[in-house]
Amino acid sequence: MSILAFFTALEQSWLGQTIQGSIYIFPITEVFHLLGLAVLGGAILLVDMRLLGLGLKNHPPQQLARDVQPLMKGALAVMALSGITLFVSEAVKCYYHQAFWFKMSALALALTFTFTWRKKVLRSPSAPATQKLTAIISLILWSCVGIGGRWIGFE
Amino acid sequence: MFEWVGTTPWSVAIHESLWLYPIIESIHVLGICLFFGMVMLLDLRLLGITLRTVPVTDLTKKLLPWTFAGFVPMAITGLLLVYQDPLRAYDNYFFQAKFVMLILAGLNALAFHTGIYKRVADWDRDPVAPFRARVAGAFSLLLWAGVIIAGRLIAYNWFPKT
Repeated sequence: MSILAFFTALEQSWLGQTIQGSIYIFPITEVFHLLGLAVLGGAILLVDMRLLGLGLKNHPPQQLARDVQPLMKGALAVMALSGITLFVSEAVKCYYHQAFWFKMSALALALTFTFTWRKKVLRSPSAPATQKLTAIISLILWSCVGIGGRWIGFE
Repeated sequence: MFEWVGTTPWSVAIHESLWLYPIIESIHVLGICLFFGMVMLLDLRLLGITLRTVPVTDLTKKLLPWTFAGFVPMAITGLLLVYQDPLRAYDNYFFQAKFVMLILAGLNALAFHTGIYKRVADWDRDPVAPFRARVAGAFSLLLWAGVIIAGRLIAYNWFPKT
């Protein structure tokens, strides 16, 4: 099955059609997606800023990362669930939209980077240069995810 | 007045531009991330949910500048979003609700900073802040979340007045 056929089937599914048929489900799901984004953004920013030497300088990045980890993971779960719901209702539009593929590529990179390299840097003390570079890459990747996502809504 | 603002040249220019509106809105969303992210962390700290070992004054001193750094671009782009299509805001209960909650959130912050926060030295290191600070934190979370919810729903005018 081609990707387009799969996306079409998703959109034509009971779930996709139910969301399309309601004027409320899509906007309300978007609200959760946006709240999740704000929480995720805060959790990532706090730690990345610390790695850059900004913000809560009195506390080790390891401690901050540990403290906000439940927020980050909770927000990611909310975003994934609401994001899939949004996607199913307009999968075919997404297929033809460059911003969708841009966002998904950025998301794959951001998740991989966050849960491999960044996690490793936040486990053990590393050189300041490594910490700064890690934060900059993380911020760029997640900004691309956010901007790409917002752009899916524009033709 | 709203009608007149919508006919000014710059308002029309943003409204009709292909790129300006998405760019302004993207900055608005990124501003929300920084602003709400920082506000939420302080609120959750007051409630004793996260960063319990970090003194409250550490958060306020180090994060408030970043809260402002998020607030300023968010407020400017927010004004521009109203400016480019004022009638959309005028004819919209979600916009009015958002505005009321914005004011309440501001008053809540003012009450916190002029009230219980004056005596922060007494409870700076407590894992859970005193009752009045927790109330301020909870109101702040609810009001700002409400602002985001109402703001997003402005685009879906479910109850048009006219």
